[in-house]
Amino acid sequence: MNTIILYLQYPFVRYALIVGTLIALCSSLLGVTLVLKRLSFIGDGLSHVAFGGIAIASVLNLTDQMLLVLPVTVLSAILLLRGGRNRRIKGDAAIAMLSVGALAIGYLLMNLFSTSTNLSGDVCSTLFGSTSILTLTKTEVWLCVVLSVVVLAVFVLFYNKLFAVTFDESFAQATGLPTARYNLLIAVVIAVIIVLAMNLVGSLLISALVIFPALSAMRVFKSFRSVTVCAGILSLVCALAGMLISILAGTPVGSTIVAADILAFAVFSLLGHRKA
Amino acid sequence: MAQIICDNLTLGYENTRLLTGLSFQVNAGDYLCIVGENGSGKSTLVRTLLGLQPPAGGTIRFSDGLSAREIGYLPQQTEVQRDFPASVREIVLSGCQSRMGLRPFYQKEERALAESNMEKLGIQTLAERCYRELSGGQQQRVLLARALCATRKLLLLDEPVSGLDPFATNEMYHLIAGLNDEGISIIMVSHDIDAALRYASHILHIGGSTFFGTAADYAASPIGRRYLELGGSRG
Repeated sequence: MNTIILYLQYPFVRYALIVGTLIALCSSLLGVTLVLKRLSFIGDGLSHVAFGGIAIASVLNLTDQMLLVLPVTVLSAILLLRGGRNRRIKGDAAIAMLSVGALAIGYLLMNLFSTSTNLSGDVCSTLFGSTSILTLTKTEVWLCVVLSVVVLAVFVLFYNKLFAVTFDESFAQATGLPTARYNLLIAVVIAVIIVLAMNLVGSLLISALVIFPALSAMRVFKSFRSVTVCAGILSLVCALAGMLISILAGTPVGSTIVAADILAFAVFSLLGHRKA
Repeated sequence: MAQIICDNLTLGYENTRLLTGLSFQVNAGDYLCIVGENGSGKSTLVRTLLGLQPPAGGTIRFSDGLSAREIGYLPQQTEVQRDFPASVREIVLSGCQSRMGLRPFYQKEERALAESNMEKLGIQTLAERCYRELSGGQQQRVLLARALCATRKLLLLDEPVSGLDPFATNEMYHLIAGLNDEGISIIMVSHDIDAALRYASHILHIGGSTFFGTAADYAASPIGRRYLELGGSRG
């Protein structure tokens, strides 16, 4: 306990906790929609694109990598989610293609043009997030906070519409909902979340942050609202627990959070089993 | 008064034409059954009527105060819905989206509408239950209640009894007939030719040769007799 209080006196630890919980909350909310729309893998694909973006940004020596990574990822998300149900299989292949392609090109570029002396360390921290959450500048923290609040607001305002589009796209479209526009909105929001979450868990582990809380909540709860609320709270708790444990035990932040999410999933599966 | 007038309609996608020269109309209070073999274009006709896909030729006109957005649609169940965590009330409420515009939250009016439609279909006791745990017949009622939230005039039902047991099938037909008696026009895609003749006022047969007319005329027509002998297409 004392160690935690000691650590909390450092501003970078406080930043990390604030940003971490906000990101975890945001990423879990859309998880329910993505899991139900059979798009669980899109997080993975987009995060690899973001990795490629970071590689390019570091080769170009950009000081603010977000400026390049965010638009590139948003654009990829729009391309991937466009088309909807008529192109489901094609969409699957497109995700796989884009994701490994971006990963390979990104690594290649970093190898060819890197100015850093610790290349494998750089790559590793981009993929697994290791320490970046603890080295956030004040600007980055504010950017994260603002983007998180925007994501949360969009989600709350469009909650009922997202439900309608997720549950039954044909019906929603037939009754006049502009479903294409809402799919676009989902794509943009998920891309923003992924770029944010790269700071927290790195690009390989983002999918876990998106899908685990949603899947856990779905084991136990029966309505869309309770599943969504539970996923949000669960993700928040797991992120907080993961970060505190990683501070105390010196484990990597990203994988500790994901481990907490996996543990929660196991517990919720058991609970759901007993209830049934 | 005619609510929907289809004139010389061509159905299909860019290079494949499923059906040409289709003309029929639906008047207020009609009960129209669309029958035909698999692949004859029934689903495409449904999607075209709903405005989900443009007609490849010809026109669809909505009149008598009906707009394309006011059709209550009962789609076939999708894979996603089978394990969707949603309560009955949430699903029925989502039928009100068409009247919401950009307004983000439901108000009293929508909630009351959802409650009254649940009551009408006898599912108000299931309001808090999870959709995926209901029986097939109950699930169809939920979707029907949702469709009613979207319309006061016309329901379009895409094979509403497929996958239901005989008891639930019978109940579903009674419910639909009851709604028709209240003045809601019905358009139903069906494989069940016997029920179609028993309940429907008009029949539209597509694929091969086309027939449009009253149910009695259909039963007497050559195409209708041939189809009846086969017992409709199964599946």
